[in-house]
Amino acid sequence: MSDRPHPILIGVAALVYFFLMVPLVIVVGAALSDTTYLTFPPQGLSLRWFENIFAISAFRRTIVTSLQIAFLGTLIALLIGIPAAYALNRFRVELPRWLGTLFVLPILVPEIVFGFALLKSLTVGAGVPVFVALLIGHTLLVLPYVVRVISASLASFDFSIEEAAISLGSAPVKTFFTIVLPNVRAGVIAAFILAFITSLNDVSVSLFLTGPGISTLPIQILAHVEQFFDPTVASVSVLLMFLTVAVMAVVERTLGLTFLAK
Amino acid sequence: MTQPLDINAVSAHYGTTKVLEDLSLSVQAGELVSLLGASGCGKTTTLRLIAGFLSPTSGSITLGGRDLTRLPTHKRDIGLVFQNYALFPHLTVLENVAFGLKQRGIAPAERRKRALAMLERVGLAALADRAPGALSGGQKQRVALARALVIEPPLLMFDEPLSNLDAKLRVDMRVEIRQLQRANGTTSVYVTHDQEEAFSISDRVAIMNAGRLMQFDRPEVLYRRPANTFVARFVGFENIIPFKVTAREGDRVTAETAGMALRLPQSAYGTIPDTFLLATRPDGLVVSTDPAAEGLPATLGLRTYLGRAYQYQCETPAGHLIANGSLTAPLESGTAVKLVPAPEQCTILAAEGAR
Repeated sequence: MSDRPHPILIGVAALVYFFLMVPLVIVVGAALSDTTYLTFPPQGLSLRWFENIFAISAFRRTIVTSLQIAFLGTLIALLIGIPAAYALNRFRVELPRWLGTLFVLPILVPEIVFGFALLKSLTVGAGVPVFVALLIGHTLLVLPYVVRVISASLASFDFSIEEAAISLGSAPVKTFFTIVLPNVRAGVIAAFILAFITSLNDVSVSLFLTGPGISTLPIQILAHVEQFFDPTVASVSVLLMFLTVAVMAVVERTLGLTFLAK
Repeated sequence: MTQPLDINAVSAHYGTTKVLEDLSLSVQAGELVSLLGASGCGKTTTLRLIAGFLSPTSGSITLGGRDLTRLPTHKRDIGLVFQNYALFPHLTVLENVAFGLKQRGIAPAERRKRALAMLERVGLAALADRAPGALSGGQKQRVALARALVIEPPLLMFDEPLSNLDAKLRVDMRVEIRQLQRANGTTSVYVTHDQEEAFSISDRVAIMNAGRLMQFDRPEVLYRRPANTFVARFVGFENIIPFKVTAREGDRVTAETAGMALRLPQSAYGTIPDTFLLATRPDGLVVSTDPAAEGLPATLGLRTYLGRAYQYQCETPAGHLIANGSLTAPLESGTAVKLVPAPEQCTILAAEGAR
């Protein structure tokens, strides 16, 4: 075996990257086009379709809604997920195994089914307002990621450290905040970012839960494409891409992306 | 400051598993007591019960007359030293040591002073501002020790504190622990599976097996006068031979095993009951080539070299025995010999029915 990768391996890897990158290049190109229709390569360069995003009130509203839902949903998921992950790891021996699986279920169920079920139960069944239903849906959607990522962080946490603090006179609840939480900080940040991005980019669940007057950005993009064929959708997509990339860059800077491989 | 610890008839059950059965143990003020046994013997459970991480099914634990049984851990005021050090990774060495003082509401300047003084005592004052991750195993354990001692606890407990260190450091550290414990006069409970460690630093050792206390005494007594076959085997009495007394003539007691008679001087052994077990270490059976010697006839098997002696696997009518022979005259496998018990190296145990 030589240290140099096999030429076929290089070729396959190059193809994979090519197919991953090409759509992104096309979208960015189309967004910059000066034409009134989607085209690639761009004809003339212009930022007017980016301006157009903010000229259309539906886009303005849905960007705000998306950010609100992503932020609040992630926050609630953390408030539920951190104690859940803590309990699952702290009492791993005592708790039944299926309890951990319970928190991963929303990932295992197809999102379409999940969204439809939420529509039937929340919006139709319980008459929950659209925004609240969206928030609940997104919280449940990102909860598995939160529990999973923080569990990974807690798996390497030595709980005798917590016992040491308690033996030194620190009350258990206080110990959680002063000893446990600071040591899984990286996991909490990673979970926040991952959950935020997942919520921001979600289509399937939102599709069922958006209602009159309230929608999320990805749903608004779909709606826009059905009526118009101008490059606005491309520029919105670029905007969404940049939001995601910015968030990922923060992750990469603070923790590295290795946690995603777990 | 220093207080006696009393464990009164404590049992701990997990579901139907009896982890600890009716354990009573008193540790005097200032004494260092080791809980010694193999894993699963209940020693760690006992420590966790005293610390309050577990609750006993029945019984009570008192420290200096104060009932700890229902008290939460953080109010028990017990210094703990863990096997894996359990230092706070996000705090500096100094902050680690000062942590307990902070919980006690001591002013920052005062806690810094006291923590530094304690670090000085364990020889780590120079590393006060380091992160624990940058320390060696021995240094980490010293920090852990300083952190537990600085709160001046009435009781100090060690959970296998040296198991993660290499052999040489282990010996140095146990001397250091003993010196600090002596100097402070802190009542201490020390959990270990290492017999040498337990015997070398303890005032008294509690040998445990399957959730029960087998014997609790000074190391010298445990080593020479084990109370039962479990402890005897544990401390290295590898030969345990059952005997029946057939005749008593003054000081001479004649006893029989597997058809072989042996005359024992009662004065050398103490009281000899009618049925008993003779327990010896390999050193306690003298290998004699004199056919007239007063011993058990045996055929030598495999010989191994121990440095200070040769060890022989011996076949006798009473079963397989192990004896040590002199270095000057190594004997060949198959040699017929007599194994002569040396009374000062033997002990008499009461016969045990079920063992």
